[in-house]
Amino acid sequence: MSRLNEANVMLAKEIIGRYPKARSATIPLLHLSQQQNGYITDDAIAHIAELVGATSAEVLGTCTFYEMFKMVPVGKYLVNICGTMSCQLLGADELMHHAEQTLGVKAGGTTSDGLFTLEHAECQAACTEAPNMQVNYRHCHRMTTTNFDKLIDDLRAGRLEGEIPVHGTLARVRQQIPADKAAGVASPDAPVVPAWMPEAAQ
Amino acid sequence: MTTTEPSAANPDTEAEAPPPDPNAVQITINGRPHTARKGQLLIDAAADAGEYIPRFCYHERMTPVGKCRMCLVEADSGRGPAVTVSCMVPVSPDMKVDTESPTTKRMQEGILELLLANHPLDCPVCDKGGECPLQDQAFSHGPGESRMLEEKRHYEKPIPISDLVLLDRERCILCDRCTRFADEVAGDALIHFNSRGNNTHITTFPDEPFASYFSGNTVQICPVGALTAQPYRFKARPWDLSQQESTCTSCSVGCRTVVQSSRDELLRYMGVDSDPVNHGWLCDRGRFNFESVKSDQRVLQPLVRSGDGFQPVTWNAAMAEAAALISEALAAGGANSIGIIGGARGTNEDAHAWARLGHDVIGTPNVYAQMGDGLPNGLLAESPATIDEAANAATIVLLAPDLKEELPVLYLRLRDAAAKRRSRIIEFAPKQTGLTSYAWRHVAYEPGTQAAAVAATLSDADVAVQLAKGNVVIVVGRANLAESSAATIAALNEVRAAVPGAKVLTAFRRGNVVGALRVGMRAGAGGLDTRGMLQAAADGKIECLVLVGADPLADFPDTNLARRALKAVPRIIAVDTFLTGSSQQANVVLAASAYAEKAGTHTNLEGRVTALAREVTPAGSTRADWMIAAELALELGTDLGYSSVADITASIAENVSGYEDVTVASVAGDGVLAGVPTDLDAVEIPLPAVPERNAYEYRLVVSRVLYDKAISTVQSPSLAHLAPGATVHLHPLDLERVGTSDGSEVKVSGTRTSVVFRAVADDTVLRGTAWVPFNQPGPNVGELIDCFAPVNDVRIETI
Repeated sequence: MSRLNEANVMLAKEIIGRYPKARSATIPLLHLSQQQNGYITDDAIAHIAELVGATSAEVLGTCTFYEMFKMVPVGKYLVNICGTMSCQLLGADELMHHAEQTLGVKAGGTTSDGLFTLEHAECQAACTEAPNMQVNYRHCHRMTTTNFDKLIDDLRAGRLEGEIPVHGTLARVRQQIPADKAAGVASPDAPVVPAWMPEAAQ
Repeated sequence: MTTTEPSAANPDTEAEAPPPDPNAVQITINGRPHTARKGQLLIDAAADAGEYIPRFCYHERMTPVGKCRMCLVEADSGRGPAVTVSCMVPVSPDMKVDTESPTTKRMQEGILELLLANHPLDCPVCDKGGECPLQDQAFSHGPGESRMLEEKRHYEKPIPISDLVLLDRERCILCDRCTRFADEVAGDALIHFNSRGNNTHITTFPDEPFASYFSGNTVQICPVGALTAQPYRFKARPWDLSQQESTCTSCSVGCRTVVQSSRDELLRYMGVDSDPVNHGWLCDRGRFNFESVKSDQRVLQPLVRSGDGFQPVTWNAAMAEAAALISEALAAGGANSIGIIGGARGTNEDAHAWARLGHDVIGTPNVYAQMGDGLPNGLLAESPATIDEAANAATIVLLAPDLKEELPVLYLRLRDAAAKRRSRIIEFAPKQTGLTSYAWRHVAYEPGTQAAAVAATLSDADVAVQLAKGNVVIVVGRANLAESSAATIAALNEVRAAVPGAKVLTAFRRGNVVGALRVGMRAGAGGLDTRGMLQAAADGKIECLVLVGADPLADFPDTNLARRALKAVPRIIAVDTFLTGSSQQANVVLAASAYAEKAGTHTNLEGRVTALAREVTPAGSTRADWMIAAELALELGTDLGYSSVADITASIAENVSGYEDVTVASVAGDGVLAGVPTDLDAVEIPLPAVPERNAYEYRLVVSRVLYDKAISTVQSPSLAHLAPGATVHLHPLDLERVGTSDGSEVKVSGTRTSVVFRAVADDTVLRGTAWVPFNQPGPNVGELIDCFAPVNDVRIETI
């Protein structure tokens, strides 16, 4: 059972209401689903398709396009080690080797306690701080084998709970748009031709 | 090239020069001037100028996406030559295009090398080999060799994406044609790109196959061998196929097709891009039911009853027997005791020969082509609209059955009109249909209240404003077989009273029913229609019934009446391709040739007359219906004077109102639109009073779905299992009221009998009604229909 729960369905409807067309909410709802379950299941995709009025195949297509949507269960912490040039020059390969040894899994695997998933990543846009890695997409700069071990110890001991939420968490404070501040949405029946196009002027 | 500019016209001739066409755009293609249309895509303009730009993803009937990059050319629109995607860029004034420059050639080679990098070169075992755009263009535009030394990508091959279509992802070049078709044309976006980059591939959602009624079109438009259709896989090589243009007769839309065969065996139908009709698309039933023509269940020679079974006989013996039956009937009850039902399955020529046999030789007025599931044929004479007019109307008023189920390609055309916001659809239907989600207004009505629902909607101010814009086309058909057709006529009259200028597209369903009715398969003065004949037969007033490709037991809504009629008639002559439920009761079965075994002409629902090709030899000793009619006439002592199809085509042109321009030459290609008939009776049916509901508290709605027990579907192994089966669909709340749940069996009782169906919870069904698909495998809903009742009510109980 990994459809959106009742509270999240309410939230989903609110999110859908922010867009002129329901299917524009596909990605936010995928995030919501990942936040709920830690990863995205086929049931969740079917449910989202139902909510936004698309087919399951379309939602699946969107979902699989993005690396950050996980279609299989991942650990509580997703460890991404950057392997792009700056990081590689400054020891990413050694870091990855060490991480594999320490966690006991190959890149792409999840530890048996379900705590860590180790992944290769492409550039994380912090080349001046190489080598980089991320834990649940929170940057960890200038990594060495020593501070990697410390980080893993801290995560295991739960000392970073406040800083690094579990995988899938998008935001701990959800955006609230008061009714008087909402921009509103145009009716889907309104002409789709933008105002600046000659056809619209006619 | 200055002379091509409108502003540089010669001052001497300026006075007489016509004003420049505002839609003309002067461009130069490969050094030659060309006049293109404003807004035309460069790739199309080049094609008009005789320069074919290679392409994979571009398709004239779909939105360009610029996916494959094969159509790159060098174009200069004033800022110097630039690499331009010709399928995405419209022409601009004075554009200079070079489709053959060294840069263009180098780009084309590069693109092909890229596309071929992961493409398996398994052309010798690939069904597409020989007619493959990738293969052809690799030869004509490719570099000839590849720098790709690495192992190619591998996928499991092939995977079925539906019951009919298989996908080989290794061969796919990600052109987006099939997915675009599914989304944009068919409206069934059940296939989609999955993943990203080098891993991109087409998939369906797990356990949700590409079960579109139009899935076969993706196979036709696939530019490589990635999509293959189960019925054609590994059956032939393209260079072994012979082919002819023809017309599909699976329904009355009359899609233009190419019929292909090899070694005298039908192998494939392909859609032909016909502007006024099908835009190149076919439905899967029309595309794949060729299997029935070569079924081993065909009746291959004439049969005469002997005891409980049939005895194969020679044609001479069968004709003599049939003629004897007719003569006996004439002697016993006169010409009025003979009825002829059918003719919609064959060509115009078949129907005309049978009509003449009936009306002129036998002298009976009881001749009818409809099976009691249509509308009065007089509608054909009332300001008919063409399919094009309907698809370009400002407002389309639907008083029709679910077009997606009955006339699938008409559905595509009207869906396109609504989806692209050309037209607004106002739909009146007893149950939601395929077009409901595209409708501007959907009005669900309970059987018996159709006219009232129409009147109420027409009084709505917004609707009145919309209709006042003019250009209104009404699509009218029989939405509910369990309701009198008078209700539909009354509703039609309401709309026509409100919109006097509205045109009418008559959505008759069966293959050539419009042609058959128009060339004479309709009741003469004082004659009976099919319902009348069956009633008379049941009352013992019919001495001989001739079934020309008709199966009343399966197709007539009131099964009980059909059964009583066939039982009571002493003599039945069946002209059929298969031993159907009805022809099994015949005294003589005359073996008829099937589709693609006989030439002729066909009339579609808008009155368009097109050619039917004879592509294969008739099976066994079967004969075309018209030959059987002509010979039977001879046996009865009259020579109809027909010795070829062309004779009858000429006779039709001479004798049938509106067919004056129909000649062997004019029916080629998109054919010729027959004129409005002037010899049809006006439609006048009194609207019967609809009784109040009593303990039978559910109004029955019965309509067809695409796959049913139609003989051409049943006899096609690829399609037969697609029929959903007979179930009763109720609104979930009604199902709760009955006290049962989805999937359990319920007893549905009409006034005559009870039938047990599996119940399905379906929120597209209106509360208080029960919908059952017609002519499905399983229990027969026809038993519950009384064709003389204005509406049919049923009681539903748990077992």
